[in-house]
Amino acid sequence: MLITRRADFSASHVCRLPRLSDEENRALYGAASNPHGHGHNYVIEVTLEGDPEPETGMVFDLKRLKDVLQREVVEPMDHRFLNLEVPPFDTVVPTTENLAIEVWRRIEPHLVSPRVRLHGVRVYETEDLYVDYFGGQS
Amino acid sequence: MIRLTRRYRFSASHRLDAPGLSADENRALYGKCNNPHGHGHDYALEVSVSGPVDAESGRVADVEALDALVREQVIGPFDHHDLNTEVPAFAALVPTTENLALEIRSRLAGRWSQLFPGRGPALDRIRIQETKRNRFELLN
Repeated sequence: MLITRRADFSASHVCRLPRLSDEENRALYGAASNPHGHGHNYVIEVTLEGDPEPETGMVFDLKRLKDVLQREVVEPMDHRFLNLEVPPFDTVVPTTENLAIEVWRRIEPHLVSPRVRLHGVRVYETEDLYVDYFGGQS
Repeated sequence: MIRLTRRYRFSASHRLDAPGLSADENRALYGKCNNPHGHGHDYALEVSVSGPVDAESGRVADVEALDALVREQVIGPFDHHDLNTEVPAFAALVPTTENLALEIRSRLAGRWSQLFPGRGPALDRIRIQETKRNRFELLN
């Protein structure tokens, strides 16, 4: 069974590679390369896979999942400039792809249990653009 | 595995009428969708690509290039058009959303290797929502 919890945060970011010129960055990342940054209301969906525990009838305590998301993702990232304030985005470009991988990396160690595994992380950068990461080789 | 999805919208009219069936049979089969004057929908299209994340740029695909392809192959020819009379594939093929999904995949796949040469991202999934109450999905 799959269960999903949603969370959201708002943050600014910029997508650019320091070794490229402004023009090259614009060609690669478009408007997202504006050096002053811009922001999004990010929405995260975390999906766990497992069978309900017979006594409680739950796959995983969703309050616990909410707390993990809050502590590991929302608090450090909400109303921050990702490139300047949230490692590893000082050196890794905060694309939606890398953000999905980073959310996985932050929460996965806290969700380990014999009954459940992290199935996927979805990050919506806008309503019209989202990335799903299912772990493993990216 | 990582998958990037982009959502697009277009509005189009169509009529479901199978050429091999009688008028009565078409009415019985397609109901309101067989209305001779046609009708329309606001379609929502999701196109998903998957592939390795480029270690430097942090991206699976060039989203602007994908947008340009979808604009050229789908939004331009379909948006505010009549699918039966204005899209050649539907001259003889019923424009159900199933067939629409197949046509969109074939249009995108036809230009894919040109747009993403070499070890580019794969066209992974096409999903179309015809109305709020139905959707159709093609997985590769």
